[in-house]
Amino acid sequence: MVTRRDIIKTAGAGAAAAVWPTALFAKPDSEARFVLVILRGAADGLSIAAPYGDGNYPGVRGELALPSPRRADGLLKLDGMFGLHPSLAGVYEEYEKKQALIVHAIASPYRERSHFDGQDVLENGGSGAGLLRDGWLNRALAPLGNSPGNEKAIAMAINTPLVLRGENSVTSWAPSQLPDAEESTIQRLQDLYADDEFFATRLMQALKSQEIASDELSMQPTRGRSRNAEQVRNMMAATARFLSADDGPRIAVLEADGWDTHQNQGTTAGSLANRLAGLDGALTALRDGLGSTWSNTVVAVVTEFGRTVHVNGTRGTDHGTATAAILLGGAVSGGRVLADWPGLAKSDLYEGRDLMPTADTRSLFKGILADHLGVPDAMLERSIFPDSAGAKQMKDLIRA
Amino acid sequence: MKEATVIATNRFGLGARPGDFDIVDRNPQAWLLDQLQGPSRTPGDIRELPHSSTVLTDVQALRREERQRKKSPDNDNPDVTSVEKYGQVARGHFMDQVAARYRTATASDYPFYERLVHFWSNHFAISADQQPLPTITGLFENEAIRPHVAGKFADMLIAAEQHPAMILFLDNQRSIGPNSQFGKRANRRNKDRTIGLNENLAREILELHTLGVNGGYTQEDVTTFAKVITGWSIGGTNENGRFAEGEPGTFEFRESFHEPGKKTILGKSYRQREVDQGEAVLRDLAVHPSTAKFLATKLARHFVADEPPAELVGKLSATYLESDGDLSVVYQALVQADEPWREIHAKYKTPHEFVVSTFRAFNRVPDDARFIVRALELMGQTTFRPGSPEGWPDTAEQWGGADGLYKRIEWCNTVARVVGSKARPVELGDAVLGPGMSMTTRKSIARAENGVQGLTLLLASPEFQRR
Repeated sequence: MVTRRDIIKTAGAGAAAAVWPTALFAKPDSEARFVLVILRGAADGLSIAAPYGDGNYPGVRGELALPSPRRADGLLKLDGMFGLHPSLAGVYEEYEKKQALIVHAIASPYRERSHFDGQDVLENGGSGAGLLRDGWLNRALAPLGNSPGNEKAIAMAINTPLVLRGENSVTSWAPSQLPDAEESTIQRLQDLYADDEFFATRLMQALKSQEIASDELSMQPTRGRSRNAEQVRNMMAATARFLSADDGPRIAVLEADGWDTHQNQGTTAGSLANRLAGLDGALTALRDGLGSTWSNTVVAVVTEFGRTVHVNGTRGTDHGTATAAILLGGAVSGGRVLADWPGLAKSDLYEGRDLMPTADTRSLFKGILADHLGVPDAMLERSIFPDSAGAKQMKDLIRA
Repeated sequence: MKEATVIATNRFGLGARPGDFDIVDRNPQAWLLDQLQGPSRTPGDIRELPHSSTVLTDVQALRREERQRKKSPDNDNPDVTSVEKYGQVARGHFMDQVAARYRTATASDYPFYERLVHFWSNHFAISADQQPLPTITGLFENEAIRPHVAGKFADMLIAAEQHPAMILFLDNQRSIGPNSQFGKRANRRNKDRTIGLNENLAREILELHTLGVNGGYTQEDVTTFAKVITGWSIGGTNENGRFAEGEPGTFEFRESFHEPGKKTILGKSYRQREVDQGEAVLRDLAVHPSTAKFLATKLARHFVADEPPAELVGKLSATYLESDGDLSVVYQALVQADEPWREIHAKYKTPHEFVVSTFRAFNRVPDDARFIVRALELMGQTTFRPGSPEGWPDTAEQWGGADGLYKRIEWCNTVARVVGSKARPVELGDAVLGPGMSMTTRKSIARAENGVQGLTLLLASPEFQRR
């Protein structure tokens, strides 16, 4: 029987080389990898990394305050001020290895509270919603040797998220719930497309992605409670494969939703704890899947804005402003929390209700793009993050 | 058979049904233009849908119920039933509208007219991302766009900007003139937080609906135009139970939100009062040379080529201005020009176009609309959810992703399996591609191992994937 692997081989080394010419020049793999994880729905930074050392914390957080690190089921101690949510055990492991970093009281320049516009600003890299129609990570691809057929970035999604949309060619992959076509049908399609370069090239690229992703990952998602966690973990496992492939992409973007915890947010257990555990499992799957490539990897986990400091009437929190971001990976200079802590007293809060932003997500992204991916400073300031003079590049995020 | 027959049916229409070529071949251009004659006909499936004002009133009442319940202090175990009930009702409306849209597109004898409906509703794109928009987005297409596609652009423009779906999508109901009665009162009461203008709708009208991004307006024009349309709102109480005037769920001009006074936009001064001021600006924008050029470019890109021929764009743009933005006159110029008829498969289909043309080829649409929604989601063109006011792109560059093509192939294969081996793929290919089917494709289909494979090859063929 002819397998898909055979088809790719028999499709001709010549054709494959024409599409992925760098395949011919295998070299030791020290190329930087970058994974951007967008938590959609505004994740609660005060639960991701809780300021248990701030005397106001237990009072303002009330029933949603997480127990201190001294307690057996309490926070995982980051330093004298902050503790990591106990569901993030895998991230904590990396923190202890100095390969994870928390940036706190961070926000994009957006200061209102619409998810739609907040995500727009986080991803467009501009200073307001709707001001730019492409994404900052797409604009950053130009100096990275990106070209059609040799895409450096992949969207792990059906629809490419705004952050990766734009002029530069990117690839995409998402699991399918439809059965594969017969091998012989694919083979005949390759023949049928032979005279049409547009179709021939794309089918070849798609078959390559299918090969990398492998069939197990295209399976029907499971139903029930663990569905979301499992989906995210499977997507991360697939991401690791794409980033590990010779000539595969070097940058990946993933999205995870369900962070809009207006009701019954929970503490060490409950809906948010489950989401965080799912995220933690996915990040661990990425680390394990990348193997030695993990040492060249930076993962940034960000969200559009934070949540209110106070608990609302339905044991949840409402849309807020500043939040926390997680940076992890072998290339991260971690083991610390970066925060110019604004405090939680009423007068310290933004509009009397939200954590006050003291850091800018664009500063974080600039630091990663410059020191990890080698994007020139001039581009960062001019085209990638226009009007961002106020958001200075963060230094020393990346291991020297 | 004429090549123009294939172009008229597959590129200007929504794809051939078996038998269509016989009718179209008599005179392809006349077949297209005849569809624009006479009063606009509302297809039966569309007529049966409720009006958006009814839907909006019903679902807003459900949402208020849900909010009340959340707020109630003795709510130990937040009740999920009202949330579930809302979800069911909202999904029901959404699916009914999807079903009506695709049933109509599949069965229509006026496929050029239907394509224009889809084209213009994408031009005035609304994305059903946030409730209650999923319950009325399909209705927006039928109420604001459909009646005007063969009329004056200005009428469609006003109908679209005043439709509750557009107002909600771009937040104009929240936009308050700083010197309006309400704005002055609110800002006196609360010194910390200023309420005021929301420029969303004004900006998108200038940038996406009329002049185009380089159409020659300034940020000041945006801000002033936002002031002009303050008060363009929806009648009845809002989500928080405030305000009551106006017919619930329909366009309402709220005088108390409106920024008073004369205003200057693009150098012209507008002294009209109330809603008339905004309508006057829209009527001027509709016949602005930048708008003419922007719309002519979009039409030529949609009907001729991804890189539209400049000469044709110039011709259509001039026709548009001469006719005061009469769209029928512009379509006539387009259909009678040489450019559209030079190349047979000039455009790569979007997933939506591919799915509709497949349904038409089989003269059959799935009974369960969820099948359509899932298919389009799989191929990356989520129904009624383009994700931004810019709408869906229209070029091979933007739709030609590798994963996208692979998903189409998987879907072709799935459809072929459902249809089964009863179909006769070569004959079907002749019936829907006619002389557009290449010898390579014909041979490939003829030599297929079985009917299912033959159908998959036909649907996935470059000729069927293009229009």
